[in-house]
Amino acid sequence: MPTTTMPLERLEPLRERLTAAGYDAQPAHGLLAVTLPRAALLETAALLKTEFGFDLFLDVTAIDWPERDPRFDVVHHFYSTRDHVRVRLKTAVTLADPTVASLVSLYGSAGFMERECHDMYGIVFEGNPDLRPILLYEGFEGHPLRKDYVKEHEQPLVRYRT
Amino acid sequence: MTMDPSQAGAGKSGAFEYITTKKDELIGWGRKFSIFPYPFVTACCAMEFMSVSSTIYDTDRFGAALPRFTPRQSDLLMVVGTVTHKQAPILRKVYEQMCEPKWVMAFGVCASSGGFYQNYATLQGIDKIIPVDVYIPGCPPRPETVIDGIMQLQDKIAGARHPIITQTF
Repeated sequence: MPTTTMPLERLEPLRERLTAAGYDAQPAHGLLAVTLPRAALLETAALLKTEFGFDLFLDVTAIDWPERDPRFDVVHHFYSTRDHVRVRLKTAVTLADPTVASLVSLYGSAGFMERECHDMYGIVFEGNPDLRPILLYEGFEGHPLRKDYVKEHEQPLVRYRT
Repeated sequence: MTMDPSQAGAGKSGAFEYITTKKDELIGWGRKFSIFPYPFVTACCAMEFMSVSSTIYDTDRFGAALPRFTPRQSDLLMVVGTVTHKQAPILRKVYEQMCEPKWVMAFGVCASSGGFYQNYATLQGIDKIIPVDVYIPGCPPRPETVIDGIMQLQDKIAGARHPIITQTF
């Protein structure tokens, strides 16, 4: 039977498991929001997929906090088509070493989305075999969704008429 | 009954057998009613392009109804929608493939000036890379605005020089 709200009680076993492992896991906006150290990302994603039925990789993106150290949050979302619930993993990385593990070994669809995140924020996904530009073009310098990328800065491919 | 071709026209009154005009005016008159557009359609303005092309507004009235599917057969490049820096080389190549005489229409604010996009991705108006003859404002433009733009372009064509044999004639 379709429901309009997420059955949050189905997330309770996962919340207990992650809390027992020492991570912050709280229900938020109808999903389970988990904050992780980056060393735990790959194994947690594997746990979600193999033991808790999160078979659909929804998205990976990043958040730039220019005043904060570590500066970036890498945010993954997963969905379970069995339980109809979502989970969010947040991993903080620094500007000096913006590296997290790639999830392509678990979810093939992560490949394209990691490429986009690499384009826009410069997050490096270790283990992704193909981090070429996907929305940007070869030769583009910088990462346009970082807050310090100047809005008016242009990198044209065709020489302007004078 | 068969007719001797050499006798064709014999017996006409002679009242309207020739006209005088200027070469540029004659050619301009012909060209302004046979604009074959090539729609370079990238974004939401396409909806308005469909609307102005189809029955109610009917650009066919201006001889500008038959979209060509290759720039090599077209006279008018209609750039309909936002052009990004990544697309700019494609637009430039399409323009260069068109034969003279050719005209360019910037359809909507994005093609004209970048519109409300000022960011890493968006070309701030197609006139940065190719010459533009008529700019149509609006986001998207009303069909009336597009028709006004086509008519202004027709006036421009009608009043232009049309060298057909050499640079001077």
